[in-house]
Amino acid sequence: MRESDGSRLTEAAIEVSSLKKAYGALQAVDGISFAVREGEVFSLLGPNGAGKTTTIEILEGLRKQDAGTARVLGTDPWADGYALHKKIGVIPQGFKFFEYPTPREAVKYYAALFGVKADVEGILAKVLLQDSAEVYFTRLSGGQKQKVGLALSLVNDPQLLFLDEPTTGLDPQARRAVWEVIRGLKREGRTVLLTTHYLEEAEELADRVAIMNKGRIITSGTPAEIITNHSSGERLLVHGSERLAKYLEKNASLPVEFDGRDLISLSLHRKEDVMAAVAAIQESGLEWDDLRTKRDSLEDIFVRLVGEPMEELEAKA
Amino acid sequence: MNARRVVADFGVFSRGYIRSRIGAFFALVFPVILILIFGAIFSGGSSEPVSVYFQNQDGSQVSNGFVSALNGTNTIRLRAVDTSQNFTSYLLSHSASDGIVIPSGFSSAFISGKAVNVTVYGNPASTTSAIVSGITRGVVNEFNLKRAGGSSVIGVEPQNVKSQSLKYIDFLVPGLVGFSVLTSPMFALVNISSQYKRDKIFKQLSLTPLTKSEWLVSKIFFYIVLTIISFLLMTLVGVFAFGAHISLTPWIIPFLVVGPLLFVSLGMLVGTGSKSVESSAVVGNLVTFPMMFLSGTFFPVSTMPAYLQSFAHVLPLFYVIDGLNNVMTFGNYGAALTDLGVLLVLSAIIFGLAVRFFKWRED
Ligand SMILES: Nc1ncnc2c1ncn2[C@@H]1O[C@H](COP(=O)(O)OP(=O)(O)O)[C@@H](O)[C@H]1O
Ligand SMILES: [Mg+2]
Repeated sequence: MRESDGSRLTEAAIEVSSLKKAYGALQAVDGISFAVREGEVFSLLGPNGAGKTTTIEILEGLRKQDAGTARVLGTDPWADGYALHKKIGVIPQGFKFFEYPTPREAVKYYAALFGVKADVEGILAKVLLQDSAEVYFTRLSGGQKQKVGLALSLVNDPQLLFLDEPTTGLDPQARRAVWEVIRGLKREGRTVLLTTHYLEEAEELADRVAIMNKGRIITSGTPAEIITNHSSGERLLVHGSERLAKYLEKNASLPVEFDGRDLISLSLHRKEDVMAAVAAIQESGLEWDDLRTKRDSLEDIFVRLVGEPMEELEAKA
Repeated sequence: MNARRVVADFGVFSRGYIRSRIGAFFALVFPVILILIFGAIFSGGSSEPVSVYFQNQDGSQVSNGFVSALNGTNTIRLRAVDTSQNFTSYLLSHSASDGIVIPSGFSSAFISGKAVNVTVYGNPASTTSAIVSGITRGVVNEFNLKRAGGSSVIGVEPQNVKSQSLKYIDFLVPGLVGFSVLTSPMFALVNISSQYKRDKIFKQLSLTPLTKSEWLVSKIFFYIVLTIISFLLMTLVGVFAFGAHISLTPWIIPFLVVGPLLFVSLGMLVGTGSKSVESSAVVGNLVTFPMMFLSGTFFPVSTMPAYLQSFAHVLPLFYVIDGLNNVMTFGNYGAALTDLGVLLVLSAIIFGLAVRFFKWRED
């Protein structure tokens, strides 16, 4: 079962140390290290080309690293891949399958390959596919195909799952359905390594996140830890004129920024600062509007660290 | 090698094959259509007389006798052209190349013993022209003999190698079985292997206990079954629609097994060595098409020019079709054994290469 109490050290399901992989001159993975604890959902978050798929394929035993070590469930994935594969479940990025089996047949096929007596109907129900269990794979929607991938990854009842961008290209409704399935996996105590370039997805599902860019991990931790470590602190935002900005700069004794049009931002260091700031605004007697405080979101930090706004990254995807 | 996994993969693959319909069409229906078309074109061909235009510029009793002697051979059917027409322009305007002209004075020359020539028009490249000229020569000889008051001493009695006469259809059935043995697995495997690689389906399968040899063996079994069904269909059509003479011996079976083994492996090798689905299709066609036409599928190899015949001997399909001809048509089992030996060696090599170069995962 999952250890929610962080004080006890649980065994690592995945341990990666100084992992490197190059394609020709391109250093796709450039010396990354991280560990995934048993029972947690760990997310590799990063833009396209960050090296997430390369990393995950090394961990699945589908690629061989150039340098560094990877241990998955205590084994070397490249050398012991055949044994490891019986214990893990995988959805590759852009999951595709044979055109003509139905989801039910596909699950039965996998059960025969693994030589297990799988609860076919239970698995189909778990991934919310009962209604489409008799439709040929090629005729399923993108979200349903992805659910077939999830169903197949569950046939051998794996303790560890690798989900490579399981919701990329899905509409919001289908994405939420897949999230629901992943939450279910976590409740059952399975370990999940999830890659995504959707920040929201990592925030929604992951216990811990590693932000990856250009083959390196820039930062990692729980979403809250990342925000604390990289946040520029809390701010007070208020709409007002340049005169108000000047007044506050003189009288509020807090760092003030003005965006040149009508947005004034004051950095708050202590809890009490917010009182002083509000008081100064009141004293100025000038027009103001829409007062609020704001904390850096994971997205703000991601943008600052990766150096590109998220929307642009998604547009490229 | 685990039988349960091979059977499971066989089941999923064959169900998909039937459901997609397109593969089943090319494997089962298309060769039958080919047999019907080629059988219809060629099986009537030998009994149907060749049409030949002629102009009798003499119009005497002797020349009329000559014409009926030509007609009497039942090999050519003569069509008269009026003497008012220019004969060569008439041939051209009717897109015909074969014609016979009996010159005026034919009768008087025949009676007086003066030399006279019957003109035979023809196209040296066409086999019908050779027939027309041969037939005409035969009738001319007969007339010369008659005039000299002699009679033939040596005759010809037509007799075939086998008790029944061999017909085109007897070569066509083994040829098209070979066509099917080649094309069904080749086109499918070239496509599958490159497409599964592109769609990462091989990676997906490599994450299960299924091994690549098990996967390949299941494909080979599938195409053996398909080939046997296709063989039975074509034999039925050949025998019942065209009266083909085929001996059904157990000797046929090894060829229906080794053929698919060879071409599943070859298709896998071609697809696996290619960078994209498109390039694999090009390479696949380059390998398949020469074999499809030059291995004795539609015409016996012995009717081809010598240099093409030697080329045919390096094509693996040649040994399948030659072997099938040997067992189905000639009952020549010694020669069939040689064909089978060549095929076994080739398939072992190609299967080995396919297993070696076909990768589940990359490094
Ligand atoms: N098989 C490959 N051959 C060459 N380059 C590759 C290959 N796979 C990925 N790359 C390159 O390596 C980089 C990292 O890719 P990838 O691991 O797929 O990143 P991500 O999954 O984060 O998008 C990209 O620049 C990509 O183009
Ligand atoms: Mg990726």
